[in-house]
Amino acid sequence: MKNPDILTCFQCGTCHASCPSGKYTSLNIRKIVRDSVKKDVSDQPEIWMCTTCYDCQERCPRGIKVTDAVLALRSEAVKKGKILPVHRNVCNFLIETGQSIPLDDKHRDMRKKLGLRIDEASRKKAHKEVKALLGSTGFEELIKK
Amino acid sequence: MRKLSLFTGCLIPNRYPGIEKATMLVLERIGIKCSELKEAACCPAPGIYRSFDNITWLTLASRNLVLAEEKGTDILTICNGCFSSLMDANNILKTDAGLRNEVNAHLQKIGKEYRGTIEVRHIIEFLHTDIGVNKLGDAIEKPLEIRAAVHYGCHLLKPTRERKLGSAQFPVFFDELVETTGAKSVPYEGKTSCCGAGGGVRSAMLETSFKMTEYKLDRIQKAGVDCIIDACPFCHLQYDAGQIELEKSGKDYDIPVLHFTQLLGLALGFTPDELGLHLNEIVNLKFEEKIAQIQKWY
Repeated sequence: MKNPDILTCFQCGTCHASCPSGKYTSLNIRKIVRDSVKKDVSDQPEIWMCTTCYDCQERCPRGIKVTDAVLALRSEAVKKGKILPVHRNVCNFLIETGQSIPLDDKHRDMRKKLGLRIDEASRKKAHKEVKALLGSTGFEELIKK
Repeated sequence: MRKLSLFTGCLIPNRYPGIEKATMLVLERIGIKCSELKEAACCPAPGIYRSFDNITWLTLASRNLVLAEEKGTDILTICNGCFSSLMDANNILKTDAGLRNEVNAHLQKIGKEYRGTIEVRHIIEFLHTDIGVNKLGDAIEKPLEIRAAVHYGCHLLKPTRERKLGSAQFPVFFDELVETTGAKSVPYEGKTSCCGAGGGVRSAMLETSFKMTEYKLDRIQKAGVDCIIDACPFCHLQYDAGQIELEKSGKDYDIPVLHFTQLLGLALGFTPDELGLHLNEIVNLKFEEKIAQIQKWY
């Protein structure tokens, strides 16, 4: 990844020491961000282990946008069609309903009990426009890859 | 005060509608006019869409922002994810003319244009800044003598350069708000640490995400609290459903999880059922009994 900021990293490891995910997974945020300058890391499962909590970015003494770098690495992987099946499912929910977590019968019932209504016309219009935008930006194509 | 539209997102209306109900009840009770933002869609969720494709993320967020621009209101969010997506996208589009033009080219196809005329708020910082703890304190009818573990959630505070809400390591505003309800905000180790759900980790690696939740819950339990108070339905889901999952590995927490609007609702005299607490995975009858005692006392 071309990101000149990363070249200012002096490998102090504050990012990795701050990482809540790195305590339990093979994610070493210091290493993966450093490696991304020299090689393609799109295949490494670790880029998907970051919870985007921003602790690394907040604490970096060089002010490197570490979490944002992870987001950029993920985008590169997605462009190559490297999308986890569960994430693809979430994207398909958005394409099919305009929402990432659609309403199911159990929660429709909960809403009824609470006296909350669903504005179906409003949701329908939202979905139609979202679908048009997802087509326009090429997102639907991207997810099919 | 600028007018507000309520942006409920996906998770609250579709998984924890009690939070939506609580929000409507408390806003009405304290006299804040805030109608729902109609035709809104997914914010879209920062953990997935922002990392998948920046322009798609910006375009979908901008559509929601434009709906509020057309109404002439700011947006009030009750979820850290929605807050993060909408606020970050709004800041980017206000300052980057190139991206704004690119996004507007897409929006044109549905007859919309982003202009950059509104602000995005989160109910916690809104209540603290625009209403204030003194005024909110005056509205409290049933001071809740309970011990609470406050969980801010990452994206309410970070990145601090964008949020401008002060320290992410030692924040205080949410604790102050919780204490206006009479509850004591109890300190605990790892308080500002992540719940484990964000960044698509919950969906991709459920068990891993629960390890982070377990770290938090162990420390919250050790602090001896009556409940967890959050500001985000994703953290809420992770703590609430996470306790059930962790029971399988022998953990026994049974700590009720409340969004701040539900806690505030209790302090305003609404019953746990009115606020949808019974629709959580964790329903702790001892806690509800304690609340009933307090509410009866006043």
